[in-house]
Amino acid sequence: MSLMSLTAVELGKKIKAKEVTVVQAVQESLDAIAQKEEKVHSFVTVDREGALKKAEEVQKKIDAGELTGPLAGVPVAIKDNMCTEGLLTTCSSKILGNFIPTFTAEAVKKLEQAGAVIIGKTNMDEFAMGSTTETSAFGVTKNPWNTEHVPGGSSGGSCAAVAAEECSYALGSDTGGSIRQPSSFCGVTGIKPTYGTVSRYGLIAYGSSLDQIGPVAKDVTDCATILETISAHDPKDSTSVERQDTDFTSALVDDVKGMKIGIPKDYFGAGLDPEVKEAVLQAAKELEKKGAIVEEFDLSLVEYAIPAYYVIACAEASSNLARFDGVKYGYRTSEYDGLHQMYKKSRSEGFGAEVKRRIMLGSFVLSSGYYDAYYLKALRTKALIKKAFDEAFAKYDLILGPAAPTTAPALGESLSDPLKMYLGDIYTISVNLAGLPGISVPCGKDSKGLPIGLQLIGDCFQEKKLIRAAYAYEQTREYEHCQNL
Amino acid sequence: MANVISDETLEYVGILAKLELADDEKQRAKKDMEEMLDYIDKLNELDTSNVEPMSHVFPVNNVFREDEVVERDGHEETLANAPERNGNSFVVPKTIVGD
Repeated sequence: MSLMSLTAVELGKKIKAKEVTVVQAVQESLDAIAQKEEKVHSFVTVDREGALKKAEEVQKKIDAGELTGPLAGVPVAIKDNMCTEGLLTTCSSKILGNFIPTFTAEAVKKLEQAGAVIIGKTNMDEFAMGSTTETSAFGVTKNPWNTEHVPGGSSGGSCAAVAAEECSYALGSDTGGSIRQPSSFCGVTGIKPTYGTVSRYGLIAYGSSLDQIGPVAKDVTDCATILETISAHDPKDSTSVERQDTDFTSALVDDVKGMKIGIPKDYFGAGLDPEVKEAVLQAAKELEKKGAIVEEFDLSLVEYAIPAYYVIACAEASSNLARFDGVKYGYRTSEYDGLHQMYKKSRSEGFGAEVKRRIMLGSFVLSSGYYDAYYLKALRTKALIKKAFDEAFAKYDLILGPAAPTTAPALGESLSDPLKMYLGDIYTISVNLAGLPGISVPCGKDSKGLPIGLQLIGDCFQEKKLIRAAYAYEQTREYEHCQNL
Repeated sequence: MANVISDETLEYVGILAKLELADDEKQRAKKDMEEMLDYIDKLNELDTSNVEPMSHVFPVNNVFREDEVVERDGHEETLANAPERNGNSFVVPKTIVGD
């Protein structure tokens, strides 16, 4: 049995008990990558030498009693939109194809301080724009459960790497569902925390008011442990929130008695795959059996979340991605006539189609004459969506629904029709608009053998309720290891 | 109502976005933008006349700090990423064109 089939916390315990060394753990991760990567392609960069060197350093610190945390010595994969000092960070884009950051993202630094060993950087949709990991400039990641299917996106590489057991856990980022949807498609667990809980310093920005970093792992215990490690107020991120309640592992309790869970009727209408629906409602029944009070309600405004999101996210992206200009880092075109053509050609050659589509739309909705009609309208819609959630959380502790309307689509099916692809984010996107925490946990498979994810949504700062309910549900089923590879 | 993006609008957005699209890309971009705007127009079904635009879900205030140097001097690593450098400077094309 590979050490990579253990959860991160289980492996951490074995390392602490000196049953295995950090080098052994890292070596097993590298071996798994060598064996499986050709089929899955979860990684953009594998830092073999760096990881082995780090493993020895971490082992020494563990032996000296300097590192005692649950994640010390455990190998982790980082989504390639988080800066890692001295290690290639591409955002899966040609424009950052040779970018070596001079600093490390705060969330990654927190993991390093806890003794994590970075094994490599995972593939993603270019600049996190996409739902399938097919817009990467460095090739497509495949779903470990069926390599003819996508892993979801944009954190598809992180989720595939965890499902394929190439590493113990991973970090992803979630702007409109980019942790929860691929977690659902790959049969792993992922949390998008409340906005502001994890520092965005060093996360290459897509939609700054929506982006959050979060954990991807095999179970809820791992996710709570990782989130506890990376959550902290950071003066370098001015939207970072000061919280005293980030001891998330204290919520790993198998008890949902009296917890009120609302199921939005609007999440179970047209477009939802019947097999997904059945698995999710079955999960709700399990929670009910454990004493939760489950009832249906009307959330309202669900259909307006996607159009509002695309206006806001694209507007922010068009501004955030203005920094890629071929001057200080990244790709510069080879021939140009003057400064402006250098900018334009570098960007046009460096960005892929989906990124250009979103920058164009974002520039349009922010332009004079359209700003009020599109951008401000979307921000007003966002306020209404937040209000609808506030009303729901006045009645319920949690909202329960699917993470995505279907299981993973086949490769190549999605990109031809962007609008259809965008509609796949219908259950995740409003959570980002309202800044809420959400979790996806595996709740079964469809008749094709593809995983289905249950999504739980909490009110702002109520991660503990999410974790408690997800943990209680998880106790009703076994983790299913992917053994296809 | 179906949105129509004119050649001029597309050209103007290209200037704002600092993107130079090839001819085939332009056709596709037009169609994509028109379809997305038609879809986004769904928001007009909502009466938002008495709703304030919400840019952040939590109150966000300016964050002040002392102006102290905490970063080390990383100019060599920083410049190593430059597409073109000259000593300790980034090289850019001529920015002012004389007659």
